[in-house]
Amino acid sequence: MPCPLLEAVRIGKRFGGLRALNDVSLALGAGSITGLIGPNGAGKTTFFNVLTGIYKPDSGTVRFAGEPLPAGRPHAVAARGIARTFQNIRLFSNMTVLENVMVGRHVRTHAGVMGAVFRTAETRQEEAAIRDSARKLLDYVGIAAQAQRIAGTLSYGDQRRLEIARALATEPKLLALDEPAAGMNASERMQLANLVRRIREDGTAILLIEHDVKWVSQLCDHITVLDYGECIAEGTPREVLAHSKVIEAYLGKGVA
Amino acid sequence: MAYWAAAPVKRYDVKMRPRFIRWGAAALVLALPFVTHVVLGQGWVRILDFALLYVLLALGLNIVVGYAGLLDLGYVAFFAVGAYCYALFASPQFDLHWPLWALLPMGALLAACFGVLLGTPTLGLRGDYLAIVTLGFGEIIRIFLNNLNAPVNITNGPQGVSLIDPLHVGPWFLEKTYHLGGIEVPLVINVYFLFLLAVVLAVHLSHRLENSRIGRAWAAIREDELAAASMGLNTRNLKLLAFAMGATFGGVSGGLFAGFQGFVSPESFTLQESVMILCMVVLGGMGNIAGVVLGAVLLSVLPEALRGLGGLQEFLFGRIWVDPSNLRLLVFGIALVLMMLMRPEGLLPASARQRELHESK
Repeated sequence: MPCPLLEAVRIGKRFGGLRALNDVSLALGAGSITGLIGPNGAGKTTFFNVLTGIYKPDSGTVRFAGEPLPAGRPHAVAARGIARTFQNIRLFSNMTVLENVMVGRHVRTHAGVMGAVFRTAETRQEEAAIRDSARKLLDYVGIAAQAQRIAGTLSYGDQRRLEIARALATEPKLLALDEPAAGMNASERMQLANLVRRIREDGTAILLIEHDVKWVSQLCDHITVLDYGECIAEGTPREVLAHSKVIEAYLGKGVA
Repeated sequence: MAYWAAAPVKRYDVKMRPRFIRWGAAALVLALPFVTHVVLGQGWVRILDFALLYVLLALGLNIVVGYAGLLDLGYVAFFAVGAYCYALFASPQFDLHWPLWALLPMGALLAACFGVLLGTPTLGLRGDYLAIVTLGFGEIIRIFLNNLNAPVNITNGPQGVSLIDPLHVGPWFLEKTYHLGGIEVPLVINVYFLFLLAVVLAVHLSHRLENSRIGRAWAAIREDELAAASMGLNTRNLKLLAFAMGATFGGVSGGLFAGFQGFVSPESFTLQESVMILCMVVLGGMGNIAGVVLGAVLLSVLPEALRGLGGLQEFLFGRIWVDPSNLRLLVFGIALVLMMLMRPEGLLPASARQRELHESK
């Protein structure tokens, strides 16, 4: 990787006495699919929250596209080009599916109070463009037919897709997916993997947390393994899965 | 492509009602003060004037509570700011007599500044905690107004400001009684039409805000603030904007109130007023313009109408059994409780709110 898109260097984060992250480093390049795996409580989601500005790290820096990422300001991180989904889906569940994606367009559009009040030609055009691109994104993730439904009433899998569409609406350079395949059956997982590959092909790098090691290793170019807040291995899926510490973390001592 | 063709599902929209109902309603609203004047007298037209003022206040609070989901128990503070702004710049207090067209925007702007002032320290708070801080803010403003008569007398303290200039809109002097083709148009009816104009503007403004990029962002923050921030919404600015926008409505209605009454004092701006305005929003249907208007009209007219309970007792039993002024508040309270039990989402709920409340069922 000559110039990494994202470069997190020695990130540390504590919660009281608990050391959730300890000198975790990770780099990923544009156009890659990177997996972040590890047992429960390894600090994967904490790491995500640091990356996306929800937590401020106690130590370490994150650089994105060559510049330091604003810490503790999620909206600024989104504006810089990192969008995420959540482990326990967080949609705007009482808004329509289309409206959810339209909210995602907020950060790339400009109409303010004056535009809203006077409904200028410019505002109307922007609003139409927002609606249009939101529909296209719904089509892209394959839930266009549900556009007018209430987000909370969608099936579980469709809610995951909607979250991805909403994240893509912010035009991210990096899409961070927190356990996107959780609770999905085999065929849904396959469809999701295809969607993720397509997003990568369309120019967005992907970082994903996942438990299903087999699924991740088929999908990712690169994997980082966390355990107890530390990075215990990284490399290609083949390298990582052969690593003794990884086997130990997943299966316990003695097996390796 | 069926989903393209389907009209976007909008919240209960004024425009969707059949045309004849709209025209009928408009005619009714225009004729109402004249009919009331003839049938029930001036006092009742005055009650209608105040109902309109409350509609304006409720619509303002609706932006904060209904759209952005921020519970505000000190909303009356902005009403007070607008009222005192008008009172101090259009009365013998400082011998200033500025015109309405300058004072209303000024009151609105000043109230917006106070909105930001209230909003800034409360950004990290939600729900109950936010309610407590806003409640404190409302009281602080009232107590300030009560005590700003020393060392330099600004507000005249508890005595309030009196002899405030009446409302003049260009050549239209509202305190005058006009005669239009034999119909008498006194102060209260003039005021009715000025307030009605303000309400129509406020409804229009609310409607446009609600269905805009900003309105959508507020809704997202109300639904899930963390997710909204992660989608790139600057939740701090958007929440401050909601406070400021809501406050402008309060500021304008304060100015109108001061000009209409000719007198303001701190006791018009108590916590009870804030609670009442919040009740109007909640009972009518948070986030839905038609509901909020209905709630404000009902809750401002109902207590007055219940004064008739004395007459009703005399009619039914030949004598007054229970003091009507006590009975009135009891019946009003019971009516509030019953309405909230039967329709917790409000009389005309916004569709999104309705879903929030019935999700668990």
